[in-house]
Amino acid sequence: MFEIIHKRQLSDSVYEVGVMAPRIARKVRAGQFLIVRTGPEGERVPFTFSDWSPQEGWVRFIFMRVGKTTHELAHLEVGDTLADVVGPLGVPTHTEDVGRVAVIGGGVGAAVAYPVARAMVAAGNEVTVILGARNEELLILRDEFEALGLKELIVMTDDGSAGEKGLVTAPLKRLAAEGLLDHAMAIGPAIMMKFCAATAKELGVSCTVSLNPIMVDGTGMCGACRVTVGGETKFGCVDGPDFDGWVVDFEELMSRQRIYSDVEREADADFSKGCSCHL
Amino acid sequence: MSSVDDAAVPLGGAPDAAMPTPAEKPRHKASRAPRTAMQEQPAAERAQNFEEVSLGYTQEQAIAEANRCLQCKNATCIDGCPVNIDIKSFIGHIIDGEYALGVEVLKERNALPAVCGRVCPQEEQCEVRCVLAKKGESVAIGRLERWLGDFDLACEIDHRCVPVVAPPSGYRCAVVGSGPAGLACAGELARQGHEVTMFESLHAPGGVLTYGIPEFRLPKAIVQAEIEMISQMGVSIECDVVVGASITVDELLAEEGFDAVFVGNGAGLPVFMGIPGENLNGVYSANEYLTRVNLMHAYDFPKADTPVWRGRKVAVVGGGNVAMDAARTALRLGAEEVFLVYRRTADEMPARREEAHHAQEEGVEFKMLCSPLEIRGHDGFVTGIVATRMELGDADASGRRAPVCVLDSDFVIECDTVIMAVGTRANPLLSQAAPDLELTSRGYIVTSEDGATSMPGVFAGGDIVTGAATVILAMGAGKRAARAMNSWLRDR
Ligand SMILES: Cc1cc2nc3c(=O)[nH]c(=O)nc-3n(C[C@H](O)[C@H](O)[C@H](O)COP(=O)(O)OP(=O)(O)OC[C@H]3O[C@@H](n4cnc5c(N)ncnc54)[C@H](O)[C@@H]3O)c2cc1C
Ligand SMILES: Cc1cc2nc3c(=O)[nH]c(=O)nc-3n(C[C@H](O)[C@H](O)[C@H](O)COP(=O)(O)OP(=O)(O)OC[C@H]3O[C@@H](n4cnc5c(N)ncnc54)[C@H](O)[C@@H]3O)c2cc1C
Ligand code: SF4
Ligand code: SF4
Ligand code: FES
Repeated sequence: MFEIIHKRQLSDSVYEVGVMAPRIARKVRAGQFLIVRTGPEGERVPFTFSDWSPQEGWVRFIFMRVGKTTHELAHLEVGDTLADVVGPLGVPTHTEDVGRVAVIGGGVGAAVAYPVARAMVAAGNEVTVILGARNEELLILRDEFEALGLKELIVMTDDGSAGEKGLVTAPLKRLAAEGLLDHAMAIGPAIMMKFCAATAKELGVSCTVSLNPIMVDGTGMCGACRVTVGGETKFGCVDGPDFDGWVVDFEELMSRQRIYSDVEREADADFSKGCSCHL
Repeated sequence: MSSVDDAAVPLGGAPDAAMPTPAEKPRHKASRAPRTAMQEQPAAERAQNFEEVSLGYTQEQAIAEANRCLQCKNATCIDGCPVNIDIKSFIGHIIDGEYALGVEVLKERNALPAVCGRVCPQEEQCEVRCVLAKKGESVAIGRLERWLGDFDLACEIDHRCVPVVAPPSGYRCAVVGSGPAGLACAGELARQGHEVTMFESLHAPGGVLTYGIPEFRLPKAIVQAEIEMISQMGVSIECDVVVGASITVDELLAEEGFDAVFVGNGAGLPVFMGIPGENLNGVYSANEYLTRVNLMHAYDFPKADTPVWRGRKVAVVGGGNVAMDAARTALRLGAEEVFLVYRRTADEMPARREEAHHAQEEGVEFKMLCSPLEIRGHDGFVTGIVATRMELGDADASGRRAPVCVLDSDFVIECDTVIMAVGTRANPLLSQAAPDLELTSRGYIVTSEDGATSMPGVFAGGDIVTGAATVILAMGAGKRAARAMNSWLRDR
């Protein structure tokens, strides 16, 4: 059992949770993820580490409420426990000697972008962060990013309620065209990563993406997380989650993410019916 | 070897030293009856549920079957068992009605008789070497082993045959992986007085016994009871620890204070065929499919949170036990048709004959001598397999006749789910983080005969050494390594 020692709501549907997991906290590096289960019949769901303290023995992750498990997680409070926390899994993000880099975080992807940007700043790179959200309400971690010592923080919203109105690809294009970028790192919904990678490719800028295929074990034992990269099948959990965005088959990723959508929607609806909250 | 080494004494009372072993008694008069049948759930019924297919012997049936054994002077059956269980003796104890003694004989060599009695490929191990096999039907050694194993498990845990644990040695051992190799190793180490911690990457122990082999062939309550027994002996089990990621083998030795480590992490990386369409929705590795159902209880979705794609027409590619398990699971999840696609003939299938027979009885349709070329789909989901017909050519290096494609014989198998059961490989997760561990070119761990690896104090056994094999071989390796670890620790 893993005790929850921290909980914070970041927006309407986004939460940050911290759990005690000393062995894991000692090992985490930016870009890695953990797998949690809420209870004995719980699903194994992956989340990226957003923060951790090797000294104090805790790890944190940020999640968006999208289905049953994240709904359950949103209800847990400090003092409650998670049945299982496993990690750190996946290959850490490459952060050394990247040079001038744009880290792009879309939606809840900002949560994943945050530790990556922090590690890249710490490694001495020149980091610009581009945050994208549908509207100001959904924008998360803005203050935390401000505090990192970035070269620049660019905010984009679909409706212009914060920062500039438009897509994250616009500033990416601008920076690249001005010759200000050695590398881009895009983290967010598959469709956003697809467009970022395509834009970067057009401009000749290398682009890493952090993929989020459906997973079960997260250790290379099932193959649920298969993604096609450069024509080859890779396992997202052990070969990734970071891959070269120029050659990822995003259509396949998006298709595979949808395999259980129908039944999961039913399960969530069922669960929400029995739940008096308005989440 | 120390005297505790082979002692397994039922807590109910120590065996009477004066009692003659069955071998010393005058030979009993063997019955000439045919092999005793074991009751099974009727095929049509069991294909609809996850309960155990074979119901096991009753006491009367076990006695009748035991009495068929000739108690041979030269009991060749024993040579057929990979861990050389004294088969003649345990059957002798059943004949004498001394069941606890029979359990003890089994447990000298096999920590999990209720498991092996169910899943061992007996027909090619012990039973094929039984003298009666030559004349007709061998003694049903596996079924008798199962019966004794169940007899033991039916007792209250503190009346079971608990091995005597030696006084504390002061040494601490880590066991990585809780499959048959790890369980056998941990049990044996505990028995020798060492403090043992078992690390498992999944959230539940048991390895393939838990996530792979389905309930209808190996009830999880049995696996659970065996694991409880290991805990009872003082082994602590830490799940959710991925060695190689959460901690490395070096750190177990240098930082967590373990004196020796056993690695039994299995060969769990699924192999795909590398054909077009393999990443369509509805294509599973057998590992994923079985894990979703057995470990995550997807059959109980949405009560359990993990879903599984429930196909109406399911094609399983492969011919081993894993393929049979996947095919029979698909039937139980409600598939209307399940095909087994295998490139040789049924005679060459590596699956246990009994399992293949059960699968066919339940309605799995065998499509032999054909091999997938491509998986077709629509809108991201599987619609069928394009396969080619095969024929058997000349014998290959293994002595089996190699399948070769028949030109222009392509045809389509319509299906909405494909399960790939074409093998597994070594998972590099642990070894990548242990650079001093010598591996074969295919990533398996190199060991000496007793399980010692290239790293001092680190031993290994089971599928990670041999490649995918059997439960009994993995257990034998775990136990052998534990003995070598014991000597290594005490001679240090
Ligand atoms: C490496 C990785 C890192 C991730 N990091 C984060 C993060 O930091 N914050 C965050 O909010 N989300 C993250 N996700 C996504 C997160 O795992 C899913 O949102 C979560 O599993 C949804 O579970 P649910 O039961 O609430 O929703 P469901 O209703 O079960 O599913 C909603 C959607 O989530 C996806 N999903 C469902 N089950 C899984 C699964 N077992 N594994 C992966 N995806 C699944 C599917 O696309 C599905 O359609 C990450 C995913 C991966 C693979
Ligand atoms: C579906 C199926 C059916 C089978 N049927 C039969 C049968 O009928 N008869 C038979 O004799 N054999 C059968 N086998 C084969 C048999 O199960 C295996 O040979 C045996 O389980 C191998 O045991 P093991 O202990 O080496 O590995 P496993 O049983 O694979 O156990 C390894 C354990 O280590 C854990 N692990 C892996 N990596 C790590 C890590 N890095 N850190 C911590 N833990 C880790 C795994 O999660 C797992 O629990 C079958 C196999 C399968 C898959
Ligand atoms: S362990 Fe397996 S091979 Fe050995 S006697 Fe028992 S059933 Fe036969
Ligand atoms: S070979 Fe057969 S008959 Fe002889 S002792 Fe073994 S099981 Fe009994
Ligand atoms: S999640 Fe199972 S192999 Fe990646």
